[in-house]
This record gives sequence, structure tokens and C-alpha cells, in this order.
Amino acid sequence: MKASPLLRLFLLLAALLAAWQVAVGIEGLERVPVLAYTIGFGVLLVACLLLIILGLDVLESPVVVIVSTVIPLSLSLGLVWERLAAWRTPYLLFVLGGFLAVLLTRSLPLKGRLPVIVLTVVHGVAGMVIFLLPSVLAAQGAARPGFALVGLGGALIGLGGLLLSFLKAGRPIVPRETILRILPALLLLMTAAFVAGFALA
Amino acid sequence: MLKKLRLYLPLIKTLQTGLLLATGLAGYLSAHTAPSGLILLGVAGSLFLAISGSTVLNMWYDRDIDAVMNRTHHRPLADGRVSPAEALRLGLILSALGVGWAVAMSPLYGLVVFAGLFFDVIVYTIWLKRRTCWSIVWGGISGGMPILAGRVMATGQIDLIGVLLSMAVLFWIPTHILTFSMRYFADYQSARIPTFPSAYGFETTRAVIALSAIIAAASMGVAGVMIGVQAGFLRLMAVLSAGLLVLSFATVFRPSERVNYSLFKYASLYMLASMILLSL
Repeated sequence: MKASPLLRLFLLLAALLAAWQVAVGIEGLERVPVLAYTIGFGVLLVACLLLIILGLDVLESPVVVIVSTVIPLSLSLGLVWERLAAWRTPYLLFVLGGFLAVLLTRSLPLKGRLPVIVLTVVHGVAGMVIFLLPSVLAAQGAARPGFALVGLGGALIGLGGLLLSFLKAGRPIVPRETILRILPALLLLMTAAFVAGFALA
Repeated sequence: MLKKLRLYLPLIKTLQTGLLLATGLAGYLSAHTAPSGLILLGVAGSLFLAISGSTVLNMWYDRDIDAVMNRTHHRPLADGRVSPAEALRLGLILSALGVGWAVAMSPLYGLVVFAGLFFDVIVYTIWLKRRTCWSIVWGGISGGMPILAGRVMATGQIDLIGVLLSMAVLFWIPTHILTFSMRYFADYQSARIPTFPSAYGFETTRAVIALSAIIAAASMGVAGVMIGVQAGFLRLMAVLSAGLLVLSFATVFRPSERVNYSLFKYASLYMLASMILLSL
């Protein structure tokens, strides 16, 4: 399905916001968060460009499941490294192990529910970290209220992941075309929420 | 007059000329000298004329090839809407104006602009294109001349950074041209133009693309560091380079028409974005 000019505009704006975040938005942070956010927003940027070039059908490629895992994992790692110093090493191990597990279960011809369970656990934990950590910190006053927008971005990334998994499962609760039309707008909103949230933190 | 201009426009391949022009301007701006609007205008004008001129001359010479290729048979020269003599005249005038303007601005700058035109028209198109698939090396060298010319105009000399930037363009070109020659393999075959896929096969061609993408990205990165591009912009260049490398390797390990096409398109975006980042 070829993206309409409006959907392409959404994707281009999302790509530009992600590019801005990589170039300017994470300046002055420690090395690990900079690396983690660069990977997260970098994957988002390249993904948006490829969606513009190839059209929305590319979302149905099996590689998308693996690539889309990188975004929540790296963003959540950056957040934990910045805000939960005591959890740095365990969470880094979870991120590396989680990514490896998704990569293996999606690359090897495994039968049964293991690939789905692994993906659900990895996405679930990373998504909850992105959603809850900024929201709780902002609610407690430990971070500025604007930081909660990162949590909103986390919620949107979760929604996007859910829609994608429906698409992959072949049993979408909304029609395939509708999901493909919603996703670019969702990507833009999500990126905007992240960028604004980090800027206001 | 307007009708003529509309016919001439496809002869200068606006997108390709625009991209090469962008590299020339980036070469000038990469020196981060006090910007002079007049010089910038001169660089833009002279390069636009010289690149357009060489493109028209290429099309004039290759009109017989264009006529038998599906992709190009509708071009104004190939289908007879513009006569060969008219195109030759146009190409020579544009080239002379471009090189003349460049020489008037600075002899060394003019020499580099002329070298680009010479390598492109004489060495690549007239001498080698119909003889060997390795002609793209010379096409690549001429493609790297605008960025070197821009740099020379700003610094007054041919420096290491200029050479690296030129190399980045030279090694970027296979990611663009070779994916193109795989996409339009049958067209090139019917026109009997030797290409890498026809001489060495698709597998080797894909490996060459991946290797040249690595060298292009490395050259761009080293040049960026030497220029003193800000850390944030370097990060962004690294991200974009990673995208180029991933797609290049995908063409080797997961070859498909879709991957090939995405690399072809992404390579242009990559070059344009890199040029903007080098200029900031």
C-alpha cells in the first residue's frame, strides 16, 4: 500500500523530529543514555525514511518485529540509566538478553508459543518502563511535569506495537488498511511526545 | 521559448544535477569560512551550468543508446523532439559558460570544474562507457569533482578533506549506479552497455555495493571529524550511515528487488542529508 502525500508528510515530520533528537535533543547526557537514545531515535528515523520510500506494506515484513523491538528497548535503557541508577546493570542485561532472545526466536524455525511469549515479555517490560517511569517521576515531583510526555510516547508506542501485532497475527480488530493509515500518525505523535517530553524534562 | 525550456529541462536531469550541485555547495560551506553570498552564488551558478552542460553532452552522445532502452526512449533527444545539433550546441554553450565562469572566479577552482566535465564527457561517456563496466570509476571521479571544487573555492587549495569528500562521493556512486544497473539490467543488455552485473554477476555486484558503501560512509565520517562537525551532527551522520550499511548488507544477504530499490532511493537521501550536515 503506497502512502498518501499526507501520510508521507507525517512520516517525514516524524523522521525530522527523530533526527533533531539525535543531533540536538540528547546533548550533554552521559555516554550510555546518548548511545541508547541515538540507537532508539536512529532506528525510528531510518524506519520512517524506509516507510516513505517503500510504502506501508513493508510493515508486514518479518524483520519489522525485530527492528521495532530495538526502539522501546533502547529508549527504556536510556531512561533507566538516567533515572534509576541502582537498576542500571540488571536492566542493561535485560535489554541485551531480551534483544538476543527476540532475535533468536524470530530467526530460528521454532514451533509453539515461545516466540510470542518472548516478544510479549520484552515489549511489555520495556513499554511499561517508558510509560510508568516518566509518569511516576513527574507525578511525584521528582521530574518536571513535562517529562510525563515521554510516558505518553510510551503509551503510544505500546498502542503501535499492539496494532502491528494484530497485523502480524492476521486477526486485526480493525481493518488492515485502517491500521496502516493510523500508524504514520501514531509514529508522528509518539515521536513528538518523546521529543517534547525530553526537552521539558 | 517556454516550450523549448520544457524540452531542455529533461536534458539536464534536474534531480541528478541538483544533487551534484548540493555536494558542490556543501564542499564550499564545509570550510566554514566567512560566508560570501556573491561567491556562493558564483559556485552555484558555475557548477549548475557546467554540470548541466556535461549532462546534455552525455545525452547527446548516448542518444542511440537511450533510443533502445525502455527507461530512456522517451527522452527528447532519443525520440527526436530535440535535434542532435541543437543539443550539442546547448551542451557546449552551457559547459563553456560554466567552466568560463569558474575560471574567472579562481583558476584552480576552474581547473577542478573542467576536470569534472572532462572525466565525465570524454573519459567516461565517449571513451569508456561502451567498452568496460569499470567506466563507472571515472564516472565516480567526475561525480566527486563538484564537492572538491566547492572545497577548493573556499580554501584555495586541494586539501585532504576535499579529497576525502571526493572519495565519499566516488564510493557512494556504486550504491546508486550499480543498484540502478541491476534494476534495469535488461535495458542495459539490450543497449549492449557493459555493466558490473553483466560482467561479474549480481552476487559480485552486490558485494561491491556493500564494500563501497563502507568506504563511502567511512570517508564521510572521517571528513566530518576533520572538518569539526558538531558531535550531534556526527551522531546523526553515523545513524544515516548505519542505515546505508544495513541496506547494503541486506542486498548481499537478503537480495530482493525491494531491498535493491530501497537502497537506490535511500542512497540519494543519505547523500543529500550528509551534505546538509557537513554544511552546518
